[in-house]
Amino acid sequence: MGLTGAGMANIVQFENVGLRYGTGPETLSDVSFTLATGAFYFLTGASGAGKTSLLKLLYLAQRPTRGIIRLFGEDAVTLPRARLPGFRRRIGVVFQDFRLIPHLSAADNIALPLRVSGVSEDDAEAPVREMLAWVGLSDRANAKPPTLSGGEQQRIAIARAVIGRPEMLVADEPTGNVDPDMAERLLHLFESLNRLGTTVVVATHDFQLLNRISNAHMMRIEGGRLSDPTGSLRHPPPSP
Amino acid sequence: MTRVSSGTAGRRLLDDGRRARAMSWVMAVMLFLTVLAAALGLGTISAAAGLDRQLAGRLTVQLLDADDAAVARLVDRLRASPGVSAAAAVPREEMAELLRPWLGDAGLDADLPMPVMIDVDLASGSDAVASDVTSRIRSLAPAARVDRNARWLAPVRSFIVSLAWLAGGIVLLMALATSAIVLLAARAGLDTHRDTIDVLHMLGSTDVQVSRLFQRRIALDTLIGGAIGTVFALATVALIGSRVATLDSALVGGFGLDVGDWTILAALPIAFALLATLAARIAVVGALRRVL
Repeated sequence: MGLTGAGMANIVQFENVGLRYGTGPETLSDVSFTLATGAFYFLTGASGAGKTSLLKLLYLAQRPTRGIIRLFGEDAVTLPRARLPGFRRRIGVVFQDFRLIPHLSAADNIALPLRVSGVSEDDAEAPVREMLAWVGLSDRANAKPPTLSGGEQQRIAIARAVIGRPEMLVADEPTGNVDPDMAERLLHLFESLNRLGTTVVVATHDFQLLNRISNAHMMRIEGGRLSDPTGSLRHPPPSP
Repeated sequence: MTRVSSGTAGRRLLDDGRRARAMSWVMAVMLFLTVLAAALGLGTISAAAGLDRQLAGRLTVQLLDADDAAVARLVDRLRASPGVSAAAAVPREEMAELLRPWLGDAGLDADLPMPVMIDVDLASGSDAVASDVTSRIRSLAPAARVDRNARWLAPVRSFIVSLAWLAGGIVLLMALATSAIVLLAARAGLDTHRDTIDVLHMLGSTDVQVSRLFQRRIALDTLIGGAIGTVFALATVALIGSRVATLDSALVGGFGLDVGDWTILAALPIAFALLATLAARIAVVGALRRVL
């Protein structure tokens, strides 16, 4: 089971993973899949199906209730807490609600991962400018998030997620607040990052997007279970 | 080229100006009271030391019936005795002056019988030395009455030392209260900035990095507020000191502060800022350990 081709290492491996919040019912049940390094994945499913919960496990915001998760070749379930920051710096996250820090400028928000990693102000300057240009917001560098439109905030959030050149990018509904043109532009941003070797996982329920990326794999989640753990499904299914 | 990202962003990650100002004022009050208590403590320690130095190591010899030659002989022999650093008879004029409040000018009458007093300064204030010298005086002048000043000063000294302990206790309590305030402020800050901290964690921040944000803010608030409180407290202490100086009392005048004492008082805001930093670190790291 899995997408691993010959010579392609797995960056993520889930085996019979279950997740339960408190004493409630399982949000995720028996989830098993592998993600190949450098591949592009869409995760689809209806609202409440468990997409965000699955992504939280991927970017280490939650530990599973049961099962095995291997991330970057290491056991992520029993990973000591002190090692989590190092793993998280290898993962870029675009949150569904952006989670920009409202009193910092767009540029300062984008620079945060570099500051967290100890990059000096001088060394951070060029990458921040590059990211602002990449998402087309060079003229909004000093704007505070509350003064930005939803689409602009989303692009700042994406720039923040990728500025550290993460090995894996996890994006939760990254096109949910933008018009179709902007959605396509953002998707091409992800694609260009993927071409540089970053594994990309995009959760979306926008079926229009799914076939815009060539060679993208699709995983579908329904009721907390992966209905397509191999990620081989296409939408629409490829012609025979 | 103008910078697009601000170098102060790290310092501004926790945006709570009004809360910070409130914290500074609380710290100003805490340090004002602490410096006053510490000044009282240092002043009483100084007074106790002065008493020890000036009076406790001294004996007073009283001779009821002695001629001048006998007194001079006794003084010479005392000066030559081991454990005695100085000995001198109190001049009759000085005795008359001491008695003036009770006898008026009659004390100056040469015919008025008056005991002879000899002040004996001991090389040390130890009981053994005082006992040895007392025995020697009694052997030289069996009729002499020897008073050790430390005996009647003991209750005064005990009171002063109690005051010093009380002041020390107050300073300790203030330090504990400051730590408690910092713990509460740090925990409240964690709740207020939960979203920002979550984001920082997801970006790979360590607990120590997050803790430093709070430490820096709380240390700065404590230092600024503490400096204000300390300046007012030092001014108050200086004012009280100038009033005490006008009393011209040997006992109260001992409550003085030397340069070292003033330096200790001025350093208290720094000490409290360090204490607050430590308390903030313990509070924040402790709380963050409970989340993933």
